[in-house]
Amino acid sequence: MPPLSESPADLPKRNGAFGGLKVRESAGLNGDIRVQVKNLDFYYGDNKALKNINFDLPDRRVTGMIGPSGCGKSTLLRVLNRMFSLYPGQRATGEVLLDNRNILDDSLDINDLRAKVGMVFQKPTPFPMSIRDNIAFGINLHERLPKAAMDERIEWALTRAALWGEVKDRLNASAMGLSGGQQQRLCIARTIAVRPEVILFDEPTSALDPISTLKVEELIDELKRDFTIAIVTHNMQQAARCADQVAFFYLGEMIEIAPAADLFTAPKEAKTQEYITGRFG
Amino acid sequence: MSPNEPMPEHIVRSYDEELRRLRDMITRMGGLAELQVADSTNALLERDSDLAEEVVRRDAQLDALEREIETFCIRLIALRQPVGADLRLIVAALKVAHDLERIGDYARNGAKRAIVLAQQPQLGSLNGFTRMARMVQENLQGAIDALVQNDAELADEIWAADEPVDEVYNGIFREMLTFMMEDPRNITAATHLLFIAKNLERIGDHATNIAETVQYAVRGETSAEERPKGDTSSYAVPPPG
Repeated sequence: MPPLSESPADLPKRNGAFGGLKVRESAGLNGDIRVQVKNLDFYYGDNKALKNINFDLPDRRVTGMIGPSGCGKSTLLRVLNRMFSLYPGQRATGEVLLDNRNILDDSLDINDLRAKVGMVFQKPTPFPMSIRDNIAFGINLHERLPKAAMDERIEWALTRAALWGEVKDRLNASAMGLSGGQQQRLCIARTIAVRPEVILFDEPTSALDPISTLKVEELIDELKRDFTIAIVTHNMQQAARCADQVAFFYLGEMIEIAPAADLFTAPKEAKTQEYITGRFG
Repeated sequence: MSPNEPMPEHIVRSYDEELRRLRDMITRMGGLAELQVADSTNALLERDSDLAEEVVRRDAQLDALEREIETFCIRLIALRQPVGADLRLIVAALKVAHDLERIGDYARNGAKRAIVLAQQPQLGSLNGFTRMARMVQENLQGAIDALVQNDAELADEIWAADEPVDEVYNGIFREMLTFMMEDPRNITAATHLLFIAKNLERIGDHATNIAETVQYAVRGETSAEERPKGDTSSYAVPPPG
């Protein structure tokens, strides 16, 4: 594991709330923990979709989540930024600690949380406005920046999303004119522009061609220097390529979590073995 | 996961067929290597030069099988992107094919020497060779069976069973030194016999390697212990004359 890079000065300063905690040894990753999930249960009405989930997102590492459809991995992602609270009848019990605060706590300001936990979806979701405004839109929700600072932030976000070179001469053109891969990287730029701590990727490349997919994967690798990342993917090779640790979910339970190299060569659980080798019932 | 439990079939049946074919290829190569070791030893013990020549000729088949297995494994890796137990089996097949090819080389080398020895007067009883060859063949057969049957416990047994082979080898080494000290005319035969004994000892080591590979393929981890070893011939000196 290479040493962690220093985060740039303009990124939010991380408080050391979890500085003392170490990632479980079973995951084989040593370092601070950014998000800690404890005894999490999740219900769609009466249907229990997540059963006693316990795991950590290590700081500035990529955690991959794999499992068959309906196993709860996307549900878990939606818990991590409280997206489920938009829907009546959905509720979570247990704890999800981000910077020592339980994000499931009703008193938590949800806009504040969304600024800390960004999300990128399966299909690129650019707004029907200019490339510049797509980035500025998110920033304006959370802070007021003078024009020069805004321009600087937009350039920074687009650069970090590996898109600046391709769009710098047409920032005022509509985002809808970008290719699928560019649109997805624009969405990533929009997410990082508000300088979150955690980025959630929900199958970010399932609508992209192989080259655009690799660009996004390279980007994720780059972004993990500064952000803690969780990625849900149906593509096991993608989890193997991108993730430091991988969690396997089945029927709402987390069956196994391990460093990617261990999970894909010698998984401990028979169910994991069957799933990753394509022997599923 | 429990190691010896049979895994369910793949969703893609052709993948299962390919892995079965890989196991068959290894079984075939293992059987041929066993035959080569047995015939090479028989050629020595029975002073049968025709059989020895047959062994030398047949070695090309082992080489061809190794190439075939290698090509097939590379193809599987490229096209199936294997993970987990499948990946470990394929990597094991690659390594075992190489061990078997080396075993074949040692058997062929022994056969060539058997041809020379058949023209020399018999030196000693060769009882040590009979014993050593039997042990090595048993270990080799066990190692191949362990691989084909995914049997880590059998691999453990084979892995620990190499020490007696080393002990017999040490005995032969001292015996040959003595023959050479007694009469310089024994040197040609004794030197060839020493090499044959060393070949058998190396074959035993490769059987142990195969057992180690099986331990990894089945359990996903290699044995942490240091393997018991008993070859002390490196320190042997001629008895004082």
